[in-house]
Amino acid sequence: MVEFLYGIEVVINGLMAGVMYSLVALGFVLIFKASGIFNYAQGVMALFAAMTLVGVQEGQVPFAHLINSVFGTQYHHFGWHINAFVAIAVAALVMLLFAYLVERYILKHLVNQEPIILFMATIGLAYFMEGFGDLMWGSNIKTLDVGIPQGGNFWIEEKTAFLGGEDFYGFYLDTLDIYATVIAIILVSTLVLFSQYTKTGRALRAVADDHQAALSVGISLRRIWVIVWSIAGIVALVAGIMWGSKSGVQFSLSLIALKALPVLMLGGFTSIPGAIIGGLIIGIGEKLFEFLIGAPFLGGATENWFAYMLALLFLVFRPQGLFGEKIIERV
Amino acid sequence: MLYREAGDFKVSYQADQQTFPIRFDRLFFWALLASAYFVVPFFINDYWANAVLLPFLIYGVASIGLNILTGYCGQVSLGSGGFMAVGAYTCYKMMTAFPDLNLAFCILAGGVTTAIVGIMFGLPSLRIKGFYLAVVTLAAQFFLVWMFNKVPWFYNYSATGMISSPERTMFGYAITGPNATPAATYLFCLTFLVVLAFLGRNLTRGSVGRKWMAIRDMDIAAEIIGVNPLMAKITAFGVSSFYVGVAGAMIFSVYLGAVEVTEAFGIQKSFLLLFMIIIGGLGSILGSLVGAAFMVLMPVLLKNIMVNSFGWAIDIAAHFEFIIIGGLIVFFLIVEPHGLAQLWRIIKEKMRLWPFPH
Repeated sequence: MVEFLYGIEVVINGLMAGVMYSLVALGFVLIFKASGIFNYAQGVMALFAAMTLVGVQEGQVPFAHLINSVFGTQYHHFGWHINAFVAIAVAALVMLLFAYLVERYILKHLVNQEPIILFMATIGLAYFMEGFGDLMWGSNIKTLDVGIPQGGNFWIEEKTAFLGGEDFYGFYLDTLDIYATVIAIILVSTLVLFSQYTKTGRALRAVADDHQAALSVGISLRRIWVIVWSIAGIVALVAGIMWGSKSGVQFSLSLIALKALPVLMLGGFTSIPGAIIGGLIIGIGEKLFEFLIGAPFLGGATENWFAYMLALLFLVFRPQGLFGEKIIERV
Repeated sequence: MLYREAGDFKVSYQADQQTFPIRFDRLFFWALLASAYFVVPFFINDYWANAVLLPFLIYGVASIGLNILTGYCGQVSLGSGGFMAVGAYTCYKMMTAFPDLNLAFCILAGGVTTAIVGIMFGLPSLRIKGFYLAVVTLAAQFFLVWMFNKVPWFYNYSATGMISSPERTMFGYAITGPNATPAATYLFCLTFLVVLAFLGRNLTRGSVGRKWMAIRDMDIAAEIIGVNPLMAKITAFGVSSFYVGVAGAMIFSVYLGAVEVTEAFGIQKSFLLLFMIIIGGLGSILGSLVGAAFMVLMPVLLKNIMVNSFGWAIDIAAHFEFIIIGGLIVFFLIVEPHGLAQLWRIIKEKMRLWPFPH
């Protein structure tokens, strides 16, 4: 009985982890749908956004290390602490500027290239931003605190303790994960409403459907790309805040982008609900696998590869993912 | 007027398929090879061998391997780091289990095992294409690295989880271990690269290579003209993994001597190889080598300039390195998406026609 309850706890925690993956995957899907670009830099964007947020909030001097090194000065902080909301707004503005610059200096020149070339360009972009972010804000691990409570949620633990017997202390859930879930739901609903009921949203969907047709009815592709990258930047900021509060703002943040890939595989590259459900499946799957098979029999740490293996097996039987568009090919 | 051929008077396929149709190129190639074998070993020192030449030679092998799969057969792979680890660990097991075995044989065994593993992970490529395949190969990357970390048998139950190569000799000279001289290791790696590059060049212009390219260009059309997609893709995965495995075995045994799997064969290595072939040029053996040289030399050069000349702190130099590498990749993709090899081809055409471009 207690075993079973722990199983349920694992599933719920898996769901929460899945939400976090979905947040990153969402950014991928948005860009992929609108421009056919597989944006490897999404994870680094999240990292960069979180770094900028911390930097602004703490009043760090950008490029302090470089300036001090070149001019021999000792600047480190402006000496202020900014309200979290203002800092988030500033970070969002930076991401918008970033979107514009990416379109202006990279995408514009790479129109009509093969997808693999565009993919490589985003990897180059990821490297660039990683170095740039570190140079600007320093590469040390930072703690991000925007006022979201953390740690186990005692209320839920108390309320659920009666389910088991003596040995069961109730479900352990991280408050941060609960917040993340709520925020993810709000974010996704906003995105869905935006793409369904606004003019720009319709234009986005048109571009996603067919670039040339969209161009021919007078939709500016370049404007749409800036918008899409801006939205992806905002999504990255949200993901960065969530992951950053959870595990600190550090380099490994950019690797969650890779974890989002199998999520996309399962969900299909072109489907927003797919990204969400794929994230949930991966989250539950890897937690359950670790709980039932990985930790007892395989020596643990199976979370590193389980998602990819699942995607591999899954794709062999259904190459377009759960919700992707059917690919018809006869070879 | 060195760079000339008088008209296009080829009368045989053999002449048409020559690797170096221009006499100047041919002479230059042989001169380069001769100096690499007979001049460089006398001047080589530890710094040059470890910082520049060995990594270049070994990554050259690996990037030829990846180029066969990605550039010639069109199957993107992000699992090269994991495949390198397979080569390294096979080599290690062979070296420790059979102490009398020749080092070259251990390294080749690493290549063969990697080829088998590569074929296993390549099987899904029949149904999965493009990006989806790239992500699936990530499964190989993460699973293999995890496996080498978690199964103690692979690292002979050593306490640190690291593997280190015992001393092995070839013709009486130590190649691995602390007593190896730079010249010996350099010649050893150079020989591997030359033989494998020669093989690679001839494979890719023979019938196997043409089948790969047919699959890359359009798989449906290729199947209609009688190319078996299963065989083409499987052979590409096999041959490519062989090269990558050999490179992995060499990185472990000759270059580093002791490796920790997550550090030496992590996902970064997969991307590094991918950068090499993209910058060098997809579908070109020369491009693989140029790309490898570029990616090996550039960090060394940047570090020298920034740390030694400007006197900057090492971490700032490291950040700039990232920025410059990223920037250069984007720049190259914008200016010439087909890589340095294509640039060289264009220059060559220009030089042939010079000074009458029309």
